[in-house]
Amino acid sequence: MKRTKILGIAAHHVTSTVLALLFLLPLLWTLYGSLFGQGASPEGGFGFANYQSVVEYGSGLGTYLLNTTAVALMTVAGVLVVSAFGGYAFARLPFRGRNVLFILTLAILMVPYATILIPLYVLLGWLDLQDSLVGLALVMVMLQLPFSLFMMRNSFEALPKELDEAALMDGCSVAGAFFRVLLRGTVPGLVTVGLYAFLSSWNEFIAPLIFLTSGDLFTLPVALVSLRTGALGSVDYGALQAGVIVSALPCLLLFLFLQRYYVRGFTSGALKG
Amino acid sequence: MTTTTRLPAAAPRRGPTAPRSRRPLSRDTARTGLLFATPTALVVGIVFVIPLVLLIWMAFNDWPLIGASTPNWGANFAEISDPLFVKAIGFTALYTVITTVLLSAVALGLALLVQQSRPGTALYRTAFFIPAAIGLASTSLLFYGLYTQKDSGLNELLGLVGIGPLNWISTPNGALWSTVLLVVWRFSGFYMLILLTGLQAIPDEVYEAARVDGASWWRTFVSVTLPLLRPSIALMLILSVTGSVLAFDQFYILTSGGPDNSTVTLVVALYRKAFVQFDLGTAAALSLVVLAFLLVLNLIQFTLLRRDNTA
Repeated sequence: MKRTKILGIAAHHVTSTVLALLFLLPLLWTLYGSLFGQGASPEGGFGFANYQSVVEYGSGLGTYLLNTTAVALMTVAGVLVVSAFGGYAFARLPFRGRNVLFILTLAILMVPYATILIPLYVLLGWLDLQDSLVGLALVMVMLQLPFSLFMMRNSFEALPKELDEAALMDGCSVAGAFFRVLLRGTVPGLVTVGLYAFLSSWNEFIAPLIFLTSGDLFTLPVALVSLRTGALGSVDYGALQAGVIVSALPCLLLFLFLQRYYVRGFTSGALKG
Repeated sequence: MTTTTRLPAAAPRRGPTAPRSRRPLSRDTARTGLLFATPTALVVGIVFVIPLVLLIWMAFNDWPLIGASTPNWGANFAEISDPLFVKAIGFTALYTVITTVLLSAVALGLALLVQQSRPGTALYRTAFFIPAAIGLASTSLLFYGLYTQKDSGLNELLGLVGIGPLNWISTPNGALWSTVLLVVWRFSGFYMLILLTGLQAIPDEVYEAARVDGASWWRTFVSVTLPLLRPSIALMLILSVTGSVLAFDQFYILTSGGPDNSTVTLVVALYRKAFVQFDLGTAAALSLVVLAFLLVLNLIQFTLLRRDNTA
């Protein structure tokens, strides 16, 4: 009886470990290939030559990293501001048209965004925001809004009402209560919203592919795809692998450090929007 | 304050559900509410509602990428019978079914495997989830290398277990299944996490009761776990179906819609129509059709999901 139980646990660990390795293998292969594979070093073997070629590609890795970071930070800032104010209004402040606006925001989830990219492209042209990182960030903010607003509304609703009332009692205005007391209570929600906004804008592909036309404004994913197709005929696999590692690393680190907040996005029910 | 004199009239209209409106601060509340909701309204209005209206208008216009547009009242919709688009509908449907079935099965398996907290489970969960932290575009480039680099070692690895060598993305079937493999690797950890939250919401007493009744593992799984997991499964299906119908990154990057246009999805077809053939009007009309289709599909799924919750 005891022996079968031990065997069962062992089988569980063996299966899990094999599967875990299968899931990690493609990433480890890419890391290995970028450091030891083709082109890693002029003498063969270990070297950073592949990373060097990514750094020197096109307008330079620095430019692409800067563009991607700029879009990600603008998106995070935009999403945080809009969803913190909006979330509080939807949770605690009845105003005219509240339900209509909430339904319209959630409708963003119902309308697949690939289908409105074409009019967005035309609209950004009218606003002189085509081929602009600001225009791209604006679209990213809209895409993140349903999840973020839902998340922040839930965060504010989870705060005890007595907190608002105590602040108002002490003479705060409604806005004062928000800034001095309530915002502090929703920090975990804000971190979750910011994390999702960062990851999705950092990794976004189709929107920058369509909206950005100048090579020196490309974000990392678009630049990497053109790195692959750029070299006539042959693909520089080493550089490609190095590029994949560079673009994946910030996301992996953020995820590992903020895993707890990431999981919050699932458990809060915001995904069910 | 004038508000206090008006209150008796206002109170019965609002009813007993809004007792807070009796407070003198309610005017400040409403004004601040409107102010705080303004950024949301601006973003939703400018970047969502206007484009949506514009999409409908564009669909009824001849709209080149550069130059003036002219109304052509529905002529764009005739393009739906374009063979490439018809083929894309079929391929997208096939891809959606295969991906959703496989992803659900793998995600459910993983979730059950790491459901109980034992030493090491946290590490396994993280390993399964890690691919989901990487962007789909980077993932596609990663797999492009894995599939097409001559000495990548993938075929050698499969050779050890007696499979292959495979052609991967150079044949139509290979391209489809290579992409499915990529998507399963990238998304199954994500869906595992959705199912895990559902599994953890099932109270222990339910399992306890099943054990007392002498139910086997399989019986417990079919009669207890699966029915209680239905909301999570429904969410997974909605996300997977919507995501697959709109698949773009992986096909644009990994297969470029090839070989021989065999892996052109709906969104790849839309992209080509708009930004390769520069015919925005037709692309808008096709978008509108896809949008209407997905809207109906989503509504059906949401209704089913709601019924599950109340049952």
